Amino acid sequence: MAELLLELFGEEIPARMQGRAADDLKRLTRAGLQEAGLPFERAKAFVTPRRLILHVTGLPLAQPDVCEERRGPRVDAPDKAIEGFLRGSGVTRAQCEERETPKGTFLFAIIERQGRPTGDVLAEILPAAFADLPWPKSMRWGSGTTRWVRPLHSILALFGGAVVPLTFAGIDSDSKTRGHRFHAPEPFTVSDFAGYRESLFAAKVLIDPEERRQRIADGAAQLAQAAGLTLVADDGLVDEIAGLVEWPVPMLGVFDRRFLDVPAEVLMTTMKVNQKYLSLRDGDGKLAPNFITVANLEARDGGGQIIAGNEYVLSARLADAEFFWTQDLKKSLESRLPALNEMVFHAKLGTLREKVTRMEKLAAALARYVPGANGELAGRAAHLCKADLVSDMVYEFPEVQGVMGRYYALNDGEVEAVADAIQQHYSPAGPSDACPHAPTAACVALADKLDTLVGFWFIGEKPTGSRDPFALRRAALGVIRIVLENGLRLPLQDIFATARGSYEFGEEQEEAEEGHSLLDFFADRLKVHLRETGMRHDLAQAIFALGGEDDLVRLLARMTALDGFLGSEDGANLLVAYRRAANILRIEEKRDGMVHDGAVDDSLLQQDEEVALAEALSSSVAKIDAALAAEDFAVAMAVMAGLRQPVDNFFDAVTVNTDDAAQRGNRLRLLSLIRATLHKVADFSEVEG
Amino acid sequence: MTGTPNFNPKTFQGLILALQHFWSEQGCVILQPYDMEVGAGTFHWATTLRALGSESWNAAYVQPSRRPTDGRFGENPNRLQHYYQFQVIMKPSPSDLQDLYLGSLAAIGLDASIHDIRFVEDDWESPTLGAWGLGWEVWCDGMEVSQFTYFQQVGGYDCDPVSGELTYGLERLAMYVQGVDHFQQLAWNEPGNARSKSYADVYLAAEQQFSAYNFNHANTDMLFRHFADAEMECLALVAAGLPLPAYDQCIKASHLFNLLDARGVISVTERAAYIGRVRELAKACATAYLTAVGELIPDKLPKRESGA
Repeated sequence: MAELLLELFGEEIPARMQGRAADDLKRLTRAGLQEAGLPFERAKAFVTPRRLILHVTGLPLAQPDVCEERRGPRVDAPDKAIEGFLRGSGVTRAQCEERETPKGTFLFAIIERQGRPTGDVLAEILPAAFADLPWPKSMRWGSGTTRWVRPLHSILALFGGAVVPLTFAGIDSDSKTRGHRFHAPEPFTVSDFAGYRESLFAAKVLIDPEERRQRIADGAAQLAQAAGLTLVADDGLVDEIAGLVEWPVPMLGVFDRRFLDVPAEVLMTTMKVNQKYLSLRDGDGKLAPNFITVANLEARDGGGQIIAGNEYVLSARLADAEFFWTQDLKKSLESRLPALNEMVFHAKLGTLREKVTRMEKLAAALARYVPGANGELAGRAAHLCKADLVSDMVYEFPEVQGVMGRYYALNDGEVEAVADAIQQHYSPAGPSDACPHAPTAACVALADKLDTLVGFWFIGEKPTGSRDPFALRRAALGVIRIVLENGLRLPLQDIFATARGSYEFGEEQEEAEEGHSLLDFFADRLKVHLRETGMRHDLAQAIFALGGEDDLVRLLARMTALDGFLGSEDGANLLVAYRRAANILRIEEKRDGMVHDGAVDDSLLQQDEEVALAEALSSSVAKIDAALAAEDFAVAMAVMAGLRQPVDNFFDAVTVNTDDAAQRGNRLRLLSLIRATLHKVADFSEVEG
Repeated sequence: MTGTPNFNPKTFQGLILALQHFWSEQGCVILQPYDMEVGAGTFHWATTLRALGSESWNAAYVQPSRRPTDGRFGENPNRLQHYYQFQVIMKPSPSDLQDLYLGSLAAIGLDASIHDIRFVEDDWESPTLGAWGLGWEVWCDGMEVSQFTYFQQVGGYDCDPVSGELTYGLERLAMYVQGVDHFQQLAWNEPGNARSKSYADVYLAAEQQFSAYNFNHANTDMLFRHFADAEMECLALVAAGLPLPAYDQCIKASHLFNLLDARGVISVTERAAYIGRVRELAKACATAYLTAVGELIPDKLPKRESGA
């Protein structure tokens, strides 16, 4: 048993690509080992900005010997065939066995292959794994032809302490690495993983990203605590910083208090996005005039220059932000609207100004369906919701769109509900983002998404496969969440029509809607949403399949009732009976080449069980209809439960396929009636399990 | 280094002299600026055209750069419509280019044992040049001090070998080295004597006048005509097998577009179309250049730009 130690050392790998690259290197090497019949104990990958590292333990020193048996031609086959077989298998006639089989006597070649030394195999597997590593973006450098994420400088490859001789990107492997770029740049020799890790630690490199993250988090928390502050948690940012340094050294800096007049969101955005700084809060939970930067250096002067430099840079950034803020406050959102004429929403769907005009109408129309909403306020909020996009601040920091709109709206004297709606109308921006719950905000958030969806649907820009450049799936999911989380009774088809009415589509264009309708798309998104929240998406389909249901809240209520019913003994039983009826019908209708769906002829009903079933069904239909109309799904399910016994009795006692053609047809129509009755509640053929 | 002269990188001119000296020591041809109005040092023929073809090429130069939309009448601390870039191109990119670059920072007084120097992902793409590359922005104590790019394509052609390109934004770098927070305060030459001049002494009036010109006075009808002229002339010169004069016209068209953009007379949709027209010129120049140096094999058509 021996270990493999691998390090690909080069120029800085983008932080966002590091984790994936380490996983890919492990995955590809593992696949190569498996294919070569080389088992191992454990494989672990590490990554720093300058190195990709793989450590595999418990590898055998050589592949196992293998013995392969290959069947050749019959012993009495023509010489040519036998010669070809021997040549192909690399054996002589004498090395072959003759074996009797039921089809005659055949030649069998016994090919014994000795396992190769693991080092030799690795020399082939590893370069292949490197070449297959899928970087999101790759490049060539110098005069080379190899593509890699950035130039590669050296390859450390040791198996059992000996160099695995390989060449990749014109680089020959060796047993050397280097430490930190500035602290320990000289190459040194390595003999095993433990020594490698230890030497690099001494050379100020932490190879494990988890360790770097920990050091950043701990160091930052200590600095914060010492200053009487608390850190604003941001795991994503800490991850990113861990990908920018090999030896993290957190440092605390300050900025001028006067910048605290600028909205905290802006300060935090520029600190995070432009500078990768962590933000801090004071004892009152307010943003503190401090930041934490994480250097990649234990500076000779203790870090004074680094802190001073970062403070200088941040001050310039914040001065910019302050300038934008004071400039922006001089103009009302209303006065910015004409500038939206210059911003194209989509070449075929007009400008943002036009979108806003459509959204105003739609938001006002939506207010009817949102309890507590006021059409005028919703329209006003929609009117202003995109105006901050042409402010200097949002031009500079797109991340604060909406947030700035709220500040500017309040500055203009708009009411809070309008200002909040402007901020929240992009929500939910992702699965973890909160949904707007305030009535005005819900109207505008819905209007934005619905306008987008209807528009893109009409110009045929629908998502396909993994391609969804306009984030339409997210928009539809946003609508679904806003509707469900707020319990909104929104008839989607009507609202689509309203949204459509604001677009100036030609008649033909309206007719041109093909294939997947927007409601189908919503059905798909709802199913995905339900699956992700652990609910039965097949039941949603069972109700969607009936057609005509576009009220998601009602659909969900019906689904929940159905779920409960199917979980009961009656329900499970009725489902079995339904399937039996549907199966018989399918088979018989195919055989007869006709559909048995007319009215049941009572005069042809003979046996008690069929009479009872016909009666039960006809009385149930009316009850179910009434219950559904009243949206009393529990009652509808109870009525269905009452059908179980008559249906069971029918199947127990009555033979459908009798010789009497008239009676057989009538019984098939009775089965059809079972199906039709149950289909009032849901399309049971879509129910899984 | 042999006989390093004692330049004071804490003056604007000393910074330039120190960089020129450093890169001269690395064997670079020290060129003078391209005598055309360009948006960045990359547009100098010494970078765009010489990045094409197989011949080795190492050069460094200062390039005055004009970005009409960035003009702020000299009031914004770090936005100017006319500023300077220091540009280095090395083809093929040497394997120690990062180390050489760090050496240049040391040469202007940025000591890596007390400053935090980082390479942060930043890819580069120029839609007008049909060019792209991968690399970083280099941070010194959180300040972006340079762009570092490995050119992959120019004018739609693969760069083979690959050039390494370094671009230093001189005003910003000088402000950092001098520790001032407005470009106007930069010391241009040795401060503190009768002959001392600040950046404002040298350039403030120009910033004010050119901002006014760019935003308010440029005659747009004339600029549109000149754009069409430059475009036509460029294509005619390409047809005549004269890539270098053709490239001058391409650059002229590019700058005219920038001026029109600053005047706000090009709508969003037209914008993409104009950029596309300049890109076509750049590609035509690249084709003509490669043909002229005898490196264009007829079947090696321009490769489609990658999404990078």
